[in-house]
Amino acid sequence: MKQFLLDGQPIPFEDGQTILEAARAAGHYIPSLCWHKDLPPHGSCKLCVVKSAGRHVSACATPAKDGAEVESNTPEMNGERRGILQMLFVEGNHFCPSCEMSGNCELQALGYEYEMLTPRFRHFFPDRPVDASHPDVLLDFNRCIFCELCVRASRDIDGKSVFALTGRGIDKHLVVNAESGRLADTDFTKDDRAANICPVGVILPKRTGFAVPIGERSFDGTQISTETLKEES
Amino acid sequence: MTTPVPRKLRVATTSLAGCFGCHMSFLDIDEHLFELVELIEFDRSPLTDIKDVGPCDIGLIEGGVCNSENVHVLREFRRNCKTLIALGACAVTGGLPAQRNHLSLSECLREVYQFRPGVENGQIPNDPELPLPLDKVRPIHEVVRVDYFIPGCPPSGPAIWKFLTDLIAGRTPRLTGGLLHYD
Repeated sequence: MKQFLLDGQPIPFEDGQTILEAARAAGHYIPSLCWHKDLPPHGSCKLCVVKSAGRHVSACATPAKDGAEVESNTPEMNGERRGILQMLFVEGNHFCPSCEMSGNCELQALGYEYEMLTPRFRHFFPDRPVDASHPDVLLDFNRCIFCELCVRASRDIDGKSVFALTGRGIDKHLVVNAESGRLADTDFTKDDRAANICPVGVILPKRTGFAVPIGERSFDGTQISTETLKEES
Repeated sequence: MTTPVPRKLRVATTSLAGCFGCHMSFLDIDEHLFELVELIEFDRSPLTDIKDVGPCDIGLIEGGVCNSENVHVLREFRRNCKTLIALGACAVTGGLPAQRNHLSLSECLREVYQFRPGVENGQIPNDPELPLPLDKVRPIHEVVRVDYFIPGCPPSGPAIWKFLTDLIAGRTPRLTGGLLHYD
């Protein structure tokens, strides 16, 4: 069987598997925010960055190669991941104490995983008004990390194309595909795949925010690495 | 021969644009306070009511920077403290006060002091004794160099205790597991 070395450990793989898929199948965690098992790789969040043959590559989008030597869980790569997380935190308005996703948020959980104590950089404090027009779902754009999971799920799974990214650089933002720009004026429902795929706290079902209290949520007691490997095994 | 008694570390604390929740959490270390006062003594702090900070080993800053007085106090702490620590979400990220950052300051002041229901002939306070608000609330690392950060709203008593005991013992402070929280 073909195999590559991940931090010195042999990882078996089948043709067509990416580094990330093979690593997780073998019980080794590589972090991600924009990757989802039901969708093609997107390679935008760069949390899954690994070093293969001395080059930085996205583990979610790079096919596993026989005999390759891959570095992932090293101080160097984890330090770079912490830097990416810090940039994501200052780019949006991530105010955990008032967020109802706190404890279930993958961005926050990765902050804990990689022991991010400070956002380090200068905050952008962007102006991103919320959209509360839909009867069942609230959109809080402040927390968007541009992973496009909702864009892709709505287009490729729900067949609705409710979301899109627009603008460039600091002006990049998530928009709703309606003439009014309001979620209420689309055929979006709370049962859409796109409504249940946001890794952070942008797409929130109304009236259920604190049904599970803070302290009893997905990542309150366990690390996201443990939780992810458990889910995928 | 008697061994010399080690000098107590001098600690100053203050709350800038904060709610004193982090100071309350600091007091939540409960009986560890007795161990702590064997190791440290307080300089400027809401606990001593000393008004100016003197030379210190450790400075704990709660709250972000929202006005000119905050900038002044923060710089004074930085000048006097060998190790400066951002304590809590507001000092680390700007926190709740920074939620006004996407609004214009004049709009905020007018809304509160002139147009709020029930206000008659309201005017924006303009006493020269009042510190001027900044256009944006900033976390403290955007104003001075900060040595360590303890996130949390507030950081728990055990997290503050772990951090301080690591620091006082000369270890690199580390918050892991349940002690590291942003909320």
